[in-house]
Amino acid sequence: MIIAADTGGNYVAAAYVVFLALVLIYVAIMAVKLARIERELGELNELAERREDRDEVEALQ
Amino acid sequence: MFGRGLKTLSILSAVLVTLALSLAFFYAPEDADQGIRQKIFYIHVPMAIVALCGFVAGGIFGILYLRTRDRAHDLRSYVAIHLSLILGVGVLLTGAIWAKTSWGHWWLWDEPTLVSFLIVFLLFACYQPLRFSIEDPERQSRYAAVFSIVAGAWVPINFIAVRFAQEANTHPRVLNASGGDLPGEMRLTFLVSLVAMAVLAVTLWKYELTSKHASMQLRALRRKLTREEDDLPAAAPRSAAPQHL
Repeated sequence: MIIAADTGGNYVAAAYVVFLALVLIYVAIMAVKLARIERELGELNELAERREDRDEVEALQ
Repeated sequence: MFGRGLKTLSILSAVLVTLALSLAFFYAPEDADQGIRQKIFYIHVPMAIVALCGFVAGGIFGILYLRTRDRAHDLRSYVAIHLSLILGVGVLLTGAIWAKTSWGHWWLWDEPTLVSFLIVFLLFACYQPLRFSIEDPERQSRYAAVFSIVAGAWVPINFIAVRFAQEANTHPRVLNASGGDLPGEMRLTFLVSLVAMAVLAVTLWKYELTSKHASMQLRALRRKLTREEDDLPAAAPRSAAPQHL
């Protein structure tokens, strides 16, 4: 489908780009938050492992 | 808890949005008066309806929070309003683009529909600063619930008031007592677009709820693990969003 710019086709394209951009920005922000959750989970996992190791050492002593 | 059905909703959203766009560009006929420019209608109007419904939903969850004191309702209200604000930005931008191509102006200050939507948008734009200004979580939720109820009730009142202001309407009317004046293909495309936008909004709403709930659970886990450790900060940073359920 060819949209002629002189009949307002560029404005139609701009409106749909706005919608697409909003959804993509929203998903990108969600992706950043997901990455942060993953990083924090990794930190907590390390903390739990350290604690487990310490408990084992204490049990052996 | 919040993530149930997210996979199905995501697939449904993708299918419906694709279908709506296909119908808008390949099935719906061009408007005799506006031509191709009328295609903005299939994105602008559903977005506006869903945004306004989201604001009202925020108020309904506010009522549920005040009745039950269940903080999950506070979170639902917060995310509904947050998402509606984002959709509101889309409505204002696509509306301005449509106004420019149809009327030759980006904005008309004497048009009740435009100005009333802007007022609703600005009203709800105060919601997040209000929440951020209150440190105590319980008070934050309570005040935010009252705000969302009052502002949410204002949405239908505003809609009716605009309907009464008939004399100054440049903005077209889609919904009327006879169910609208759209021909069959346009009506079907509009309805599919509306359903697609609603399902997309619900999907993003659940997506954000799940993300926020996961962050809350992580903070709770961190608090438990750091009770005896000092190397990780236990306190949550100040935020406009609810911090725990």
